[in-house]
Amino acid sequence: MNLSLSQTRFSLWQWIFGLLVLLGLYATAVRVFQGLGGATHLTDRFPWGLWIGFDVLCGVGLAAGGFTLAAFVHIFNIERYKPILRPAILTAFLGYLLVIVGLLFDLGRPYRIWHPLLMWNPRSVMFEVAWCVMLYTAVLALEFAPTFFERLGWRVALRWMRVVSIPLVIAGVILSTLHQSSLGSLYLIVPNKLYPLWYTPLLPLFFFVSALCVGFAMTIFESWHSSRAFGRQLELPLLASMGRVLAVLLAVYLTMRFLDLLHRGALPLLREPRTETYLFFLEIALMLVPMFLLFTQQIRRSAGGLYACGVMAILGFVTNRLNVSVTGMERGSGTSYVPKWTEIAVTLAIIAIGFAIFRLAVKHLPVFPAEAAAPAGETRRTLAAVPAND
Amino acid sequence: MPMSKALLYDATLCIGCKLCEQACAERNHLPYNDTVAAEEKLSAHKLTTIRTREGKFMRRLCMNCGDPTCASVCPVGAFRKTAAGPVTYDSSRCIGCRYCMLACPFQVPAYEWNKRLPIVKKCDMCADRVAAGRQTACAEICPTGATIFGERDQLLAKAEKRIREKPEQYVNHIFGATEVGGTAVLLLSSVPFEQFGYRADLPHEPLPMLTWRVLSHVPDIAVLGSVLLGGIWWITHRREEVAAAERGEKARNS
Repeated sequence: MNLSLSQTRFSLWQWIFGLLVLLGLYATAVRVFQGLGGATHLTDRFPWGLWIGFDVLCGVGLAAGGFTLAAFVHIFNIERYKPILRPAILTAFLGYLLVIVGLLFDLGRPYRIWHPLLMWNPRSVMFEVAWCVMLYTAVLALEFAPTFFERLGWRVALRWMRVVSIPLVIAGVILSTLHQSSLGSLYLIVPNKLYPLWYTPLLPLFFFVSALCVGFAMTIFESWHSSRAFGRQLELPLLASMGRVLAVLLAVYLTMRFLDLLHRGALPLLREPRTETYLFFLEIALMLVPMFLLFTQQIRRSAGGLYACGVMAILGFVTNRLNVSVTGMERGSGTSYVPKWTEIAVTLAIIAIGFAIFRLAVKHLPVFPAEAAAPAGETRRTLAAVPAND
Repeated sequence: MPMSKALLYDATLCIGCKLCEQACAERNHLPYNDTVAAEEKLSAHKLTTIRTREGKFMRRLCMNCGDPTCASVCPVGAFRKTAAGPVTYDSSRCIGCRYCMLACPFQVPAYEWNKRLPIVKKCDMCADRVAAGRQTACAEICPTGATIFGERDQLLAKAEKRIREKPEQYVNHIFGATEVGGTAVLLLSSVPFEQFGYRADLPHEPLPMLTWRVLSHVPDIAVLGSVLLGGIWWITHRREEVAAAERGEKARNS
């Protein structure tokens, strides 16, 4: 009974997935044949919209779990995080690939995406971003490669990977640090357009620290989902300790944001009754609430509590990136922007495909240790029998 | 920017005939008719405009900055400040990221939104003509001398002189003299520039400094970060080395 119920639920998800992909395909056709003008609400005054604000800025940020956990496990030698390293690397790898897909939609001439390789301009933040995306995607491919090699049983390749693994991890951490922060640096050039609640010389630092936060939040998020989808034991003590780290990072981040507003004299702006103020408070609340919750032991002991906090922090992060790229840019650009449905359709399709590939990869590759590699039939059946409201 | 060419537009001399718009369209092979003439907004098909507010005129065109923001932000170096003054754009490099449009403090670059393979459009101060020793199309055609072409320092001196001689006729400000470090287009007006959409809050240093301050540290961060992380790895994995050594000793002893 329960089994069939869960099967209908699964097919509902399949149905939604199919619908999103179809809509995405249609929107892609519009983008290809009618250009950016037909597929977006972008204008000369508002040249960057949802595809940059969400697909790129959030996509890269949400992939931050990859380098933070790689640093924890391989550099700081904190062994107990090892079981969740691979899924984090996979998320990061997929995240970056999807960012590139998003960029292909957004670039006016996507077939020239390789130009920064040959045509250099080291004074440009975008040049640095382009190089970091390329190099870090390559690093992530190599960091994820052992999972493939294990599946295929390529021992020699695995031994080679072990030799280069530490330099690779270090390169990954450096590239990520540069890249996460440089997404913030992109906006340093618009001191008169970006609303002062968000424009600060510290943008690169804030982008970096909030990426660290969301890296942990995403790891909690995906561990929870994977455990439900694949009938795995949730590594609760591990997630609880990540909850602690997340709480401290959020506290540091929010303190920095507050001090920055204080020193720039921007606090009085919070009394202005306008959209910017409301969305700023939303962004802060979505970080502040999980921070307080995660400081309580009850929340850290419950899978649901940890998950809810992770989701809130992720939403707070997304709100921040959209505030910087959309909310904060409207007034200064003298215009407003609401994405066209085709922009949203492409974004949703990319997310759906990301989820689908993650699922497939976890099913067929040794992403999760031992347990997932064991014959899955039985475990999955037991999960399917678990009622949804656990 | 000493010795480079510039344009001076004096709104008090402008009669709003829009011949500059027409000459600009011709030079750039863009259509020009009554509909286009009525548009007051810069766009991919209109690279300069004359705006009218209560009988007063004001021109809009690319300011051809001394240290152009577009040239600094472009990841593929499609924009270039030429020694002669104009800021040029090489569409064969452009990937279409539109960072130039986001970054430009004057909101000048426009995009061909409805083309399948679009490029950025902006006034390039007739770079080819200027390179050949001629003046820009707009300056050449202007019947009243509202737009004139010349050496930047000479035009700047001329503008100062006009304000000095007729202070009641001008706002005491040469727009472009120091804005974002100085631009190759200089503007004079009898009413505040903000009324025509020019920003009053622009910094007087070039904007590229804002990002360069951070970017210039990238190599140092990469090197220092590698040393630091390598060092931490070496410290944290010491325990394993010791354990391995002990194991080796035990094996030898037994």
